[in-house]
Amino acid sequence: MNRLNRDQMAERVARDIPEGAYVNLGIGLPTKVANYLPADRDIFLQSENGLLGMGPAPAKGEEDWELINAGKQAVTLLTGGCFFHHADSFAMMRGGHLDICVLGAFQVSIHGDLANWHTGEPGAIPAVGGAMDLAIGAKQTFVMMELFTKQGACKLVEACTYPLTGLGCVSRVYTDMAVFDLGVDGAKVVEMVEGLTLEDLRQSTGLTLTLANEIEAA
Amino acid sequence: MIDKTVPTVEAAVAEISDGASVMIGGFGTAGMPDELIDALIARGVGDLTIINNNAGNGEHGVAALIREGRVRKIICSFPRQSDSHHFDAAFRAGKIELELVPQGNLAARIHAAGAGLGAIFTPTGFGTQLAEGKETRLIDGRHYVLEYPIQADFALIKAEQGDRWGNLVYRKTARNFGPIMAMAARTTIAQVRHIVPLGALDPEVIVTPGIFVQRVVESAPALAAVA
Repeated sequence: MNRLNRDQMAERVARDIPEGAYVNLGIGLPTKVANYLPADRDIFLQSENGLLGMGPAPAKGEEDWELINAGKQAVTLLTGGCFFHHADSFAMMRGGHLDICVLGAFQVSIHGDLANWHTGEPGAIPAVGGAMDLAIGAKQTFVMMELFTKQGACKLVEACTYPLTGLGCVSRVYTDMAVFDLGVDGAKVVEMVEGLTLEDLRQSTGLTLTLANEIEAA
Repeated sequence: MIDKTVPTVEAAVAEISDGASVMIGGFGTAGMPDELIDALIARGVGDLTIINNNAGNGEHGVAALIREGRVRKIICSFPRQSDSHHFDAAFRAGKIELELVPQGNLAARIHAAGAGLGAIFTPTGFGTQLAEGKETRLIDGRHYVLEYPIQADFALIKAEQGDRWGNLVYRKTARNFGPIMAMAARTTIAQVRHIVPLGALDPEVIVTPGIFVQRVVESAPALAAVA
């Protein structure tokens, strides 16, 4: 079985983002998706600190620290891009104007509950940022994550044990082993990497999984 | 003749006293009115309630206020960062109270205060720890949480250009919370890179109308120093 690396996962997510989509890529792993969006497709990247039409990082030495993304990294603005204040920015999410949001996660439940803001460990200082707004705001919320932690725990679960970010908000999960659609009926396997079987996935995850209609090898 | 400009940052913050609630613009360091904050620190006031997206980065701005022990409570969305050591230390020592608010709810609550709304119902946070104990309502099949406006005695914000009537335009992502904080504070003090003559700002592109701004002070740090 060939697990996808992080760049291959980003490439896979990018394939599902159509021309004309308004998209927010969360901090961390999801930002890699931008590297694989085809240049011939107009896709509008939103950053919740107040820009639409976000471009790639500037050349070294060209950084403008008043032109940053939500991860506080220097970025550029594409021709036609624009700036706006925070109330407008979050209205774009909450108001259902954003098409797709891609987020990282600690855990996702088979019904689409998301946990990605707080480990809940005693003594940990909580920070939420825009995670809860992003999770419930976009028309579709995708999660991108490795299926298992380094310790071997499955991150797709029956019910989240970490503090929740949003309820029933994730529609699709892209992992290094398979892609899942989530919903009230639970998790459906959309694709698996070559050499992996549904039985393997059921065994390793311990989840009741069914196949979505069009299964294909990644 | 109405002239809201003041000559120095010290004069701009002269009315802020102990126990005041102060909104401070900026997302990370972009849009952080460092010079106004330095003047506030020099003024010696404390016991402040600060409203900002973060809880300070590095050594400047909100971080410096916390380092100097001037902040009793902070209302923010993202306190913990790689360079938030002054907040982390104060929080662990029990010296600062934290009200953690999802970023969009923070913006909406500030905006609600500025717009004169009594409360908002927001879908963000429903079913999470941050909505525990709060009133909820099912509206049109969707769950919402009741949240109250956040207002403040003062707002310290940073803009690119301002005129003597208080009209402001911003620069790039330094805009962030500036326009809504200007609406939500009783006294808004804008640090601008350039004061321009009345009429120099195109009325079609003014972002913050002067009605929301009470003081304008020119303070032009080198752009590189913003980082």
